[in-house]
Amino acid sequence: MTSAIRFSGVSRHYGDVKAVDTLDLDIAEGEFFAMLGPSGSGKTTSLRLIAGFERPTAGEIRIFGQIAQGIPPYKRNVNTVFQDYALFPHLNVRDNVAYGLMIAGQPKAQRHKAADGALEMVALGGYGDRKPSELSGGQRQRVALARALVNQPKALLLDEPLGALDLKLREQMQEELKSLQRSLGITFIFVTHDQGEALSMADRVAVFNKGRIVQIGAPEDIYYRPETPFVADFVGSSNVLPPEFVAKLTGKHAYGALRPESVFLAEQGHSAMVRSVSFLGAATRVSMQMDKIPLTILLPKGAVIPKAGDAVTVAWSADDLHVMDRT
Amino acid sequence: MSDSALINRRGGALAQLSDTLWRRPGLLIFLLILPPALWLGIIYLGSLFALLAQSFFSIDEFTGIIQYEFTLKTYAELFRPSNFDIIIRTVVMAAAVTIGAAVIGFPVAYYAARYARGKWKAIFYLGVMMPLWSSYLVKVYSWKLILAKEGILNWLFETLHLGGLLNAYLAIPVIGGNSLSVSATGTFLVFLYVWIPFMILPIQASLERVPHTMIEASGDLGARPAQTFRHVLLPLALPGVIAGSIFTFSLTLGDYIIPQIVGSSRRFIGQAVYAYQGTAGNIPLAAAFAVVPILLMAVYLWVAKRQGAFDAL
Repeated sequence: MTSAIRFSGVSRHYGDVKAVDTLDLDIAEGEFFAMLGPSGSGKTTSLRLIAGFERPTAGEIRIFGQIAQGIPPYKRNVNTVFQDYALFPHLNVRDNVAYGLMIAGQPKAQRHKAADGALEMVALGGYGDRKPSELSGGQRQRVALARALVNQPKALLLDEPLGALDLKLREQMQEELKSLQRSLGITFIFVTHDQGEALSMADRVAVFNKGRIVQIGAPEDIYYRPETPFVADFVGSSNVLPPEFVAKLTGKHAYGALRPESVFLAEQGHSAMVRSVSFLGAATRVSMQMDKIPLTILLPKGAVIPKAGDAVTVAWSADDLHVMDRT
Repeated sequence: MSDSALINRRGGALAQLSDTLWRRPGLLIFLLILPPALWLGIIYLGSLFALLAQSFFSIDEFTGIIQYEFTLKTYAELFRPSNFDIIIRTVVMAAAVTIGAAVIGFPVAYYAARYARGKWKAIFYLGVMMPLWSSYLVKVYSWKLILAKEGILNWLFETLHLGGLLNAYLAIPVIGGNSLSVSATGTFLVFLYVWIPFMILPIQASLERVPHTMIEASGDLGARPAQTFRHVLLPLALPGVIAGSIFTFSLTLGDYIIPQIVGSSRRFIGQAVYAYQGTAGNIPLAAAFAVVPILLMAVYLWVAKRQGAFDAL
């Protein structure tokens, strides 16, 4: 597969702040790629570097093989769906979607037809005459999507597009985005701080921290085989076990990751003290203290649920303790 | 007391009053609105209607006594060439000042809204507002000195050996004159200087409300900066530009001091009103003249609304 976006040693510094720090990245054509990280980790800056809103202070970005240096956003063959959607309030929905085509000089009838087609695609047929202010958050999100896609970009950049939606709508849009990407076959680059979103949608996930990529790989790899304590904690909310503890169990002096759902209450094992219990619906989360190590576990429906203050014994199968080589 | 759990007892007349107003929010609004409504309704609108009424009377040309009978004769007088010229001249000047202020003010407002932060924002506000702190007359007379034949501007042109250029410009009829201080151009410059803060501040306020992503989205969709300005920035800032233009346009329409101090002897509406109601004692004609800016502004706002200038509000 050919490379859609390639970063070679790209940095974006603001004075002393290293928003993006010597980043190397290769995104394949037709890939659904997620950039995942906490706020301030450099994921949005990376996206803005691709769109051309930011200029790298060092390094080289190639977009479909072409060096992006010095090419302004309006000449780049990529389109962005903004976090706040950035719909033009003075234009109706149809003219919003047709904006790129209007700029490209398409005649009115033709671009309005294309815009209506794009609105149809995002299930908003017949909404063309409304103003953006008359739409709900989810509908605005679709208009923003249609406005970007109608230009047939080679890559679509999505900056936390689902952040402002409620949970149900977000899950629905995740599926729709995924199937849209499959049917269109264009590269989607998706920025999010929601690990569930990244894992469920992307072909590959890059986990960002402090301006660098900590780990890059398929969702299963990231989830089950985190390489650093940061990834284990941020992506899977895994329990990170200190090297001394892991050394006693495995002989390897390294951090260990233990998924909350892998731990169960047992007759024999490690003794712990329950600190708090929260009912989550599908499962119950129990926070406890195992010696000096904080441990969070998820107990399925039907399991015996301890109370805060109880002394319990926990265990896990040896395969579930993942030893991380990097720190 | 049984209800002490719910009610925190704090007595007194003021507390009683607060409770009453809280229970009847309409009453509070009514009390707050009443004084300004009386002021606007009686003193402001009342005098406006008195003025309007005066314009429908006429003056006896021989005795100079006002005849309190309804007539459109006074309005017809406005269309006499000498009077109509005054109206045209004033409207052209007001339009020129408005356009000039918008063209100069927009980049300043854009810089302030988009780029100025912290200290620079304070310096911007100070720079824009400071001219408003000093006396209007002092500013106008200062400009008369700047624009005079012996003034700094003339000296600058001479020093740069561009005196010929200035003289050639001043030789142009209508906008030229003996020196800048007695030309329509001089009047224009002073108007522009005095009213430009009233253009910059509303534009700046409207630009502040345009999210930065709006500009980025336009560029992302392929629009060059000029196209983004034309299709996104200007329509979104238009309410601010219109608000600013209402100030600059109406203030220029009504002013009678600037053209008297700086400019040619050709009169503006304000000067005509001043002359007719004062020395000439022709209150009806003065009133008719005063109605002209009101009508012009009404038409202007109506057209602006029709053009969708307020859609982005």
